[in-house]
Amino acid sequence: MASKQELQVQQKRELEKKEETTVPARVFLPTADIYETPDALKVVLEMPGVDKSNVNVRVENGVLTVEGQLDFSKYRDLQPLYTEYNIGHYSRSFRLTAKIDQSKIGAEMKDGVLSLVLPKADEARPRTIQVS
Amino acid sequence: MTTTFVDPFDALFNLQRALDAHLASEWLRDSTTSRGPFPPINVFQQGDNILAIIELPGIDKAKLQIEAKENTIRISGTKAVDYEDGASVHRRERDFGQFDRTISIPVKLDPDGIKAEYREGVLALFLPRAESDKPRSIKIK
Repeated sequence: MASKQELQVQQKRELEKKEETTVPARVFLPTADIYETPDALKVVLEMPGVDKSNVNVRVENGVLTVEGQLDFSKYRDLQPLYTEYNIGHYSRSFRLTAKIDQSKIGAEMKDGVLSLVLPKADEARPRTIQVS
Repeated sequence: MTTTFVDPFDALFNLQRALDAHLASEWLRDSTTSRGPFPPINVFQQGDNILAIIELPGIDKAKLQIEAKENTIRISGTKAVDYEDGASVHRRERDFGQFDRTISIPVKLDPDGIKAEYREGVLALFLPRAESDKPRSIKIK
């Protein structure tokens, strides 16, 4: 049973940047699920610790970019004793292949999970053809 | 002369380095007796008290159980990932399944004062140190 399987910790992958940043802080890749329904492409990203007001989603030249800024001010005055994971901002980009209606992209953030709905443009939707 | 960093990005970098320095430190040693190491836990000291921060994105609060007994905390639950019917999956990276983890904090806790908060996919456990366990300063006569 898939639901009975024990969860393992996934190591956070670091973003491999194409260009270097001027600040040395590390940026992490949010884990992502991508699936397609007849009407839309759906992208689900896990960004624990990111508030919805600090999420930036944009599509430029067919590249979807998602950025999440972590509010780490809560970590002030905290002294680490034992750690198993690191924290940082999140960033990830995907090149879109399907034709997406960019004006209708929807985004919802809940419990650190960002769900994006990218509706397919009309010409990319499957059509049934009636045989007369 | 010390250079002070006012830039928040440097603050983040310093925080990341501080977290790295305590990766799998000796503090909890073998006391993360558990069935599997999920979810990952960071433990901090906040004044006299202990704060455990656990990354658990996308959990239904009703399916998350936290039990405390003396200085032992057990976190268990189920993480579910749903796809719509008829969806074709292109990428699947998010984990789902059951988890059950117990940690023993090597200081005495006040079990009635333990508080849990789940926000933005992060579970924070406030673990107050028992009054009897707090260090006392001794005056020299």
